[in-house]
Amino acid sequence: MEYLIGIQGPDFVLVAADNVAASSIIQMKHDYDKMFKLSEKILLLCVGEAGDTVQFAEYIQKNVQLYKMRNGYELSPAAAANFTRKNLADYLRSRTPYHVNLLLAGYDEADGPGLYYMDYLSALAKAPFAAHGYGAFLTLSILDRYYRPEMHRGGERFILNLPSFNVRLIDREGIHDLEKLTLASFL
Amino acid sequence: MASAEYLDESPIEFGQIRVVQSSSAMPSQDSMEPTFSLPIGLPLSSSHSVPLPFPMSHGTTTLAFIFQGGVLAAADTRSSCSGLVACPAAQKILPIHSHLVGTTSGTSADCALWKRILARELRLYQLRHGRRLSTGGAAKLLSHMLQPFKGTELSVGGQQCFGRERSGPSLYYVCSDGTRLKGTLFSVGSGSPYAYSVLDQGVQWGLTVQEAVSIAREAVFRATYRDAYSGNCVDLYHITSKGWTRRNREDLKEEGVHPQWRVSFSTLTVETARE
Repeated sequence: MEYLIGIQGPDFVLVAADNVAASSIIQMKHDYDKMFKLSEKILLLCVGEAGDTVQFAEYIQKNVQLYKMRNGYELSPAAAANFTRKNLADYLRSRTPYHVNLLLAGYDEADGPGLYYMDYLSALAKAPFAAHGYGAFLTLSILDRYYRPEMHRGGERFILNLPSFNVRLIDREGIHDLEKLTLASFL
Repeated sequence: MASAEYLDESPIEFGQIRVVQSSSAMPSQDSMEPTFSLPIGLPLSSSHSVPLPFPMSHGTTTLAFIFQGGVLAAADTRSSCSGLVACPAAQKILPIHSHLVGTTSGTSADCALWKRILARELRLYQLRHGRRLSTGGAAKLLSHMLQPFKGTELSVGGQQCFGRERSGPSLYYVCSDGTRLKGTLFSVGSGSPYAYSVLDQGVQWGLTVQEAVSIAREAVFRATYRDAYSGNCVDLYHITSKGWTRRNREDLKEEGVHPQWRVSFSTLTVETARE
């Protein structure tokens, strides 16, 4: 099952996604990147039904870039999140709803870091930490217990039965790739 | 002149069922709304599901992988129709142009049709823009053309293989449910789990052409041995920077139960592509 997690710190947002692209029982790819870069400081993480994820995420990605080309400045994370939500909601009651669960993470110069949780019914919530997937059942309770808003980098640990994760961090300077976590790194 | 207009049309207009009328016109800019107006969205699929006459599945084994000598694609040749072998000599690997080959899985008619549509669109792209579309672009084009039919029980599972040009060999997996993945090894069809187990063991970058061919044959053979819907012969295509070459179709009947290979490449005849 696919898994996404995001944690907001005082001046950064940390996001991680698993790397598996599966088709029923067969793992088609084990190094699949589920994060879509909307702008220099906004990442969209997308899981859900096979073709819908890429179609919807790329649609949002191209439109955010188009906004920047038309208007000369980028959308803020809050605006991007609301735009995404509006699109998802518009398609929800059409004949082709998109079954995708999203996390949108970004850093705004004025508002600081922000993490937005969105599900396939286009419910949007800004949250200090969020997760999607079966792994969410386990990690959310851990985060509930141990999360502190002033947590600094390096304080995160989680264990799941997925082979590897992509981890990225967004802060004032932009998006940074952290090391790709594999099961071996926890042993 | 009719042909000039034809050349100017966008490829995405073809073959799609739309409720909304043509979306290529930009919304007018004279409204008081800010310039960030919602563009007309993704194409909608408006066709209701037509019940199929009988249940269909991907009764096939196709595989493709990249190695140092280019890309190798292999497939069985059995075309099945829920328990009946409709054709023991079907062709599941269809060349699209001299450097692009696609494998098919799922409904044969759908796959053949969409491969032809893709070949047409790639040729039009080449005429319009003066260069060939990359494999990734071709895969994306196919994926977008199939997107309106999602949920209508169209069944296309295909891979595109491209020989070494510009950026090296590449392999994409495209499926009618919208999946599009870039990778180095894929197998599609009901026999794919069996093929995967053989391929995962043996495929590495540094294989010679002969070793790669023998692994591909072994994988298809193993899959046809176990899977009822795969069988008969094996087709092999090898794609390099010079184009694709087709190995002679080989019957797997004589292989028998033992996996010892009587590899006799001297008897293979090789057809080279003519542009």
